[in-house]
Amino acid sequence: MYGNFPSRLCPEPAAGEVNGRSLWRFARPIMSLMSTELIEESIPDVGPRSVGLVSTQSAILFAPPHELTLANSRRLGPITVAYETYGTLSPQRDNAIFVCHALTGDAHAAGYRSKEDLAARKAGWWDGFIGPGKGLDTDKYFVICANALGGCQGTTGPSSICPETGEPWGPDFPVIQIPDIVDVHAELVRSLGIERLLAVVGGSLGGMQVLEWAARYPERLAAAVVLASCPRMSAQGIAFNAVGRSAIFNDPNFNDGRYYRDSGPRAGLALARMVAHITYLSEESIERKFGRKLQDVEALAYDLIKETEFQVESYLNYQGRRFVDRFDANSYLYLTKAMDYYDLAQSYGSIENAFAASQARFLFVSYDSDWLYPTRQSKEVVGALISAGKHVSFIELHSAKGHDTFLIEVEQLEALARPFLERTLEVLRRPAAS
Amino acid sequence: MRDDTIPTSELDSRSAKGTRLKKSRPARAGYCMPDPAAALTDKEIMKHVPVGSRVLDLGCGDGRLLEILRDVHQCRVQGIELDPQEFVGCVDRGVPVIHGDLDHGLPEFPDDSFDYAVLSQTLQQLKYPKRALEEILRVARRALVVVPNFGYWRGRLQHLLGGRAPVTQALPYEWWNTPNLHFMSMYDFRDLVERLGIRILKELPIIRGQAVDRAWAANLRAESALYVLERPESRGANRS
Repeated sequence: MYGNFPSRLCPEPAAGEVNGRSLWRFARPIMSLMSTELIEESIPDVGPRSVGLVSTQSAILFAPPHELTLANSRRLGPITVAYETYGTLSPQRDNAIFVCHALTGDAHAAGYRSKEDLAARKAGWWDGFIGPGKGLDTDKYFVICANALGGCQGTTGPSSICPETGEPWGPDFPVIQIPDIVDVHAELVRSLGIERLLAVVGGSLGGMQVLEWAARYPERLAAAVVLASCPRMSAQGIAFNAVGRSAIFNDPNFNDGRYYRDSGPRAGLALARMVAHITYLSEESIERKFGRKLQDVEALAYDLIKETEFQVESYLNYQGRRFVDRFDANSYLYLTKAMDYYDLAQSYGSIENAFAASQARFLFVSYDSDWLYPTRQSKEVVGALISAGKHVSFIELHSAKGHDTFLIEVEQLEALARPFLERTLEVLRRPAAS
Repeated sequence: MRDDTIPTSELDSRSAKGTRLKKSRPARAGYCMPDPAAALTDKEIMKHVPVGSRVLDLGCGDGRLLEILRDVHQCRVQGIELDPQEFVGCVDRGVPVIHGDLDHGLPEFPDDSFDYAVLSQTLQQLKYPKRALEEILRVARRALVVVPNFGYWRGRLQHLLGGRAPVTQALPYEWWNTPNLHFMSMYDFRDLVERLGIRILKELPIIRGQAVDRAWAANLRAESALYVLERPESRGANRS
């Protein structure tokens, strides 16, 4: 009933929520042309600034008897981790950058997984930022991105099979926290033969992981890049997560999380995504993009039952439905809970304490239209790092696009990240050179 | 917000609404070309910063001074800069920098977190210079402040004979396109410092590009002046 909007919007890229949104303004006139072009051409060239075709790999870590001890003391193992890498590790193994994805991201950060994806321009979720000559320059650095513990895109999570029962874990999956996610990634990095990372980079929930990396493994990263993030979830953030979880819990198909034989809480998960999606935008961007424009109708119907009259309704419905196809409701519950539980100051006594042993250079970026992770929260960590006498840079950038800006406006990030990483690597290599 | 008071697109790469970064900044050689006056002031400032100090540079530009202080004097440095392109310049030098407006105070900076604060040719551009001075000496015990001297004879002459706002080599701006909000002389600056109970350890008038220990009729002859200020001990570092 509201099906034609998305197909015209874009050819469903994996990072389509990013591309889709930024392209939205031009979507109608341009995309229809583009899709015909792509079909007529043979496989298009990946272009000079793409990492090209990539494949997701997986590692099995923490096999018994070396299970991971979680923050809540439960033990978990073996743990499968899905990851991708781009670029080449230097002989000194000093140019590796680990990318932490946000709530619903995955290991596929850049490039194309198949020729079909390439033809459809379905690139990884941060393809604009990772590649040759881009913000994380794969000509210089070895970039790693892995799916988070508790996720549903290749890394062990509630939808994985529990080895003891042979059934999906569902609600029996242990409650995980951000330190657990970081522990798994740190072990992955070690298993790749990398003792020290040049940098850990991430935004939003990914940024919270970067903070935890710096606090937990102070000797294992030379730089931390924290985008649109916070040291603890705000009451407002928890509130929105709670609404999302509530939507899932109240779906009649939720079945206490044991839904893997059936369709599962699709409506609840879609609703959770719709609410969350609003928090990733800004009032200004949503107004500019949609205003009060109508979808596929000329005039208001004054009909309560008709669900999508306004374009913004259609858009949110589409976002919700598309999300359900790629995400697991239990993962959504576990990961939003991990976010809500996170409190860096509480875990370490204070933020200063958390970074007492850190030798990393920190770069913080916030956005003036981000009301989910407002600048104030980044500044709180920055102030603590100044107190602790650490190397810290911070900038609040202007954007109308709200929290999601870090995924969309990669040019601004590129201007900062490139010199920041170059200088860090220079300093890292200096003692060895002299 | 300073944005309201300085409608100067020529001077300012800030957008009217907030900070935007251009994808690429001008080639490094462009801004690396030393401005002779600035380089001289930097040299003067360096003389007064002991090796190994913790130094905060307020309005640090592209971090040129801090880079030298870090590399030559082994100082632990931190910059604050409002202009986003200059901010990137700092990052490019590996100088840690906080994007911020001095008129909003220094809320992220704890008391006494630095030994020296540097404020070079910036005070006259702030909306609230008095508050800024107090903030600076809360965060650092000593401050090196370079201020233009609007008592300089050329300016006086232009004003007196031409009946116009002065435009000199040291103050090259037209009145409608200037970052300078305040026009104070050395006498005026001293008044404010005394009123705040701040000690002047040194006053070095800068005459024809040279900082001199003592000069006759300095308030008439100096284009600008370097002050070494110290927070009075009795007051400690309490937040007001």
